Amino acid sequence: MQRIGAFVCWCGSNIAGTVDIDAVTKSAADEPGVVYSAEYQYMCSEGGQLAIRRAVEEHGLTGIAVCACSPRMHETTFRKTAAAAGLNPYMVEIANIREHCSWIHKNRESATEKATILMRAAIAKLNLNKPLFPGESGVVKRALVIGGGIAGIQTALDIADAGYEVDIVEKSPTIGGRMAQLDKTFPTLDCSACILTPKMVDAAQHDNISLYTYSEVDEVSGYVGSFSVKIRQKARSVNRELCNGCGDCITKCPVKKANSEFDEGLSKRSAIYVPFAQAVPNIPVVDRENCTRFKTGKCGLCEKICGTKAIDFEQQDEIIEREYGVIIVATGFKPLSPERYGEYLYGQSPDVLTSLEFERMMNAAGPTGGVLKRLSNNEKPKSIVFIQCVGSRADAKKGKTYCSKICCMYTAKHAMLVKEKYPDIDVHVFYIDVRTPGKNFDEFYRRAAEQYDVNYIKGMVGKLADEDGRLRVIASDLLDGKQITIDADLVVLATAVEASPDVRALGTMLTASMDQNNFFTEAHPKLRPVESPTAGIFLSGVCQGPKDIPETVAQAGAAAVKALGILSKNKLIGNPCIAESNELLCNGCSCCENVCPYGAIEYTEKEINDHGNRNNRRVAQVNEAICQGCGACTVACPSGSMDLKGFTNRQIMAEVDAICRT
Amino acid sequence: MSASALNDIREEVLRISGANPKKCMSCGKCSASCPASFEMDILPHHFVKNIRDGNIENLLKSKTLWKCLSCFACVERCPRAVEPANLVEAVRLAVIRKKGENYLKVDDIPEFIELDNEIPQQLIVSAFRKYSK
Amino acid sequence: MEYLYYPGCTLKTKAKELDAYAVKSMKALGVDFKEFDDWQCCGAVYPQAKDEIAARLSSIRALDEARKEKRDLLTICSACFHVMKRVNFDIASDIDIRTKANNYLELDIQYAGESKVFHFLEMLRDDIGFDKLKNHVVNPLTGRKIGAYYGCLLLRPSDVMQFDDTENPTIIEDFIRAIGAEPIVYSYRNECCGSYSALKNKDLVQNLSRNIINSAIQKGAESLITACPLCRYGLMQNDDLPVYYFTELLAEALGVK
Repeated sequence: MQRIGAFVCWCGSNIAGTVDIDAVTKSAADEPGVVYSAEYQYMCSEGGQLAIRRAVEEHGLTGIAVCACSPRMHETTFRKTAAAAGLNPYMVEIANIREHCSWIHKNRESATEKATILMRAAIAKLNLNKPLFPGESGVVKRALVIGGGIAGIQTALDIADAGYEVDIVEKSPTIGGRMAQLDKTFPTLDCSACILTPKMVDAAQHDNISLYTYSEVDEVSGYVGSFSVKIRQKARSVNRELCNGCGDCITKCPVKKANSEFDEGLSKRSAIYVPFAQAVPNIPVVDRENCTRFKTGKCGLCEKICGTKAIDFEQQDEIIEREYGVIIVATGFKPLSPERYGEYLYGQSPDVLTSLEFERMMNAAGPTGGVLKRLSNNEKPKSIVFIQCVGSRADAKKGKTYCSKICCMYTAKHAMLVKEKYPDIDVHVFYIDVRTPGKNFDEFYRRAAEQYDVNYIKGMVGKLADEDGRLRVIASDLLDGKQITIDADLVVLATAVEASPDVRALGTMLTASMDQNNFFTEAHPKLRPVESPTAGIFLSGVCQGPKDIPETVAQAGAAAVKALGILSKNKLIGNPCIAESNELLCNGCSCCENVCPYGAIEYTEKEINDHGNRNNRRVAQVNEAICQGCGACTVACPSGSMDLKGFTNRQIMAEVDAICRT
Repeated sequence: MSASALNDIREEVLRISGANPKKCMSCGKCSASCPASFEMDILPHHFVKNIRDGNIENLLKSKTLWKCLSCFACVERCPRAVEPANLVEAVRLAVIRKKGENYLKVDDIPEFIELDNEIPQQLIVSAFRKYSK
Repeated sequence: MEYLYYPGCTLKTKAKELDAYAVKSMKALGVDFKEFDDWQCCGAVYPQAKDEIAARLSSIRALDEARKEKRDLLTICSACFHVMKRVNFDIASDIDIRTKANNYLELDIQYAGESKVFHFLEMLRDDIGFDKLKNHVVNPLTGRKIGAYYGCLLLRPSDVMQFDDTENPTIIEDFIRAIGAEPIVYSYRNECCGSYSALKNKDLVQNLSRNIINSAIQKGAESLITACPLCRYGLMQNDDLPVYYFTELLAEALGVK
């Protein structure tokens, strides 16, 4: 028989304002197994914890029921208190009478009744609790970073500098990501490549960093401290060891018509290519879809002229299997395609560009050599219109529900860059609100408006009309309260930031939760912003939500620190609330194995001694290191052999009975 | 009109339009898209704001009611799915459903036809649907 | 497919040619259609307000008739198509409208939006196919530069009409190509002509029509085609460009004019 102590918390007026604490405490005293009950203003305070420890000692308690806030808040606190008092930490139950009760009810009487019922359920469960002992597992001292943009690079550098090995897996042929495509950065207008490329080189040269470019993560299994990952290194058709990066193959390649991904399709590249001059590694890739050799079997010119015999058309994808202690997701974003907003003529008129395309056009190494021109006729534009919030801040049916956060600033940047280079071009910006929270951000935007004469117009553009060879912008000027038209030569759409399209599959592989916009969810939006709820998975950069470069770099560092917190440990303490199989009851049906999201259940042939009756049976076994205690198997099991320690079927039913008892 | 009568109209407008003016972020894309906006005294986005704020009285007198063409450009392009045209229609109904407030009268028709014999039936039927009860 | 052809009020009066050429063309193309002989006017404008039940009833009668006949309802006039399609959507999706409308109509079997509504152009595109239509053309309108005028009723709101891309529609251009002419794409082809305000506000119609016609002329159009008698009336307020019904050109191309 348990000797239970019940402790009811006021939480100041948070609980006591709605729940009659005294009544709950008194009625707890009458519950089976309860030998002591008490209340306290703040149970989580040092005084509250001391009261619990004294009561354990004085009354010889074997279990503690705390009626307080959500177990997400202080379950750990009270488990530690129990341990300090000499109890097994799993002899603690929490009745959530705050979030589940006092905060959501107004009527004192019914709130008190509900609090009493929740208290009873916790005590009923506690009567069946048994001490549990967590297992330990080791930590592989190596980190995997998925994505090689500025977020991934920074995270990898920080981990590597701390002395641990890191692999970066990047799906494109080079690291650098979106930042490599940018011309200048706000709010300082410094050259993006000038500050990024040294970091790319650092990553490539770091002894602790291995780069896997043109590679993707194929498969992930395992758990924090010990993830097994299969990386698919796609066939480059170029031998990485032999290639010296001379670029002769690129010059000689007769195919010159493939769209350059790096220039957002605004320029053409050869079939064998490096994305840009400072690519890391500087090893070309054969784009097999566009290569004549792969399409028709003819050509092979690159192979003939390569001085180091590095071209290898027979090269196959290579699968690399490796163990990691932690995984950091840094998959970044892509700009939303504005084609669905047909009123803005994107894809219909060559003079309508996305901001990223415009960024490439303004870049000296870009498709026009940094010369601003209308792609319809190669003439210099006289008037440019920027449209903000294209696809952002929309109803879910019409676009992205969030503010993409960076567009106001990069549009101000674009406007200024145009004015700096071509003071005679008229620049108009249509905005709904100009959002500039950030250090020196509003000053930057004001500079565009005040010093550079950028014409900011409050109001959305309704439609572009292709009239007389120009783009007639039909819009609202909300401050004047009228419809206006502006004839523009170039229109730039500030398109929403969108999570990388293939990231949902990765999220599933990692069992890391994502929101409806395919951004990875953080474990706590305020207090654990760089951790995924899945242990050992960390989030770096825009994969978690739109952010600018300084924020991305800050988060990348934070993710590295959190990852190092695990890498620096030799042992991880597991969660003892995991599934176990009663082999006598197991009928070998595989239901549990099929529903387990972690692959923690295996079947083995085993001799079972059933009351002296020995036979060989196929039975389920739970890998304690992998099981996360989700309980899916216990629900799926038809024979009732699967049970979850700490949440056994008996315990759950006891809670239900207690709740239903009148 | 009394405040409570105006509030009743607002409630009715919200109910029969099925639109929610609170979703509006005042981007003005409706007004930018509206082909008739240059003849309106209250632009579509401002019309939506007036309903949201409960300023119904000036809407009842607004020229906008008779200028809206129900072309649904505003509905189509609104990023917030607010449906401004439905709100204009609902206020228009609130006006013409009252006795003696028809914007088009049966007696006007012969003169129209006399002036222009090419008027399609569709025009007369739709004008009646829109302007009269 | 089998169609119940719904002509509507204007096609039997001021726009007889829109109807007559449609019927001739359908016969030439071997379309299985039956003319709806006991039709009532659709009401010409869609009743947007949720409590306008009576204004929806005549459309529901036509939709119910199509169900009884086990045929798809075929319309030509943009307004009829718009009203029928939207009322049908309401009946299928709004339980309040469905219940009240059925209470009024006292049909033998409740109508819940089972019928399908097609526009003549959709029939050409999806049932016959523009490629096959080309094979029927005996008199291609080669060299004619024609601008498609869509207006608003065929296209918007897109989630209900599901006719074509609302901002960059192509169905009429494809039709023009199929009959051997050259389609002229211009920006104002989906902008409203304002014609329904023609009785009270002719200036507005003239202004809007002028924008549309100027936009088309500037791109090189020599004529416009439309499916809507009201739009044609409005566009004709400016006599800078001839405006034809699309069925007239179809009949001409098929050699049955």
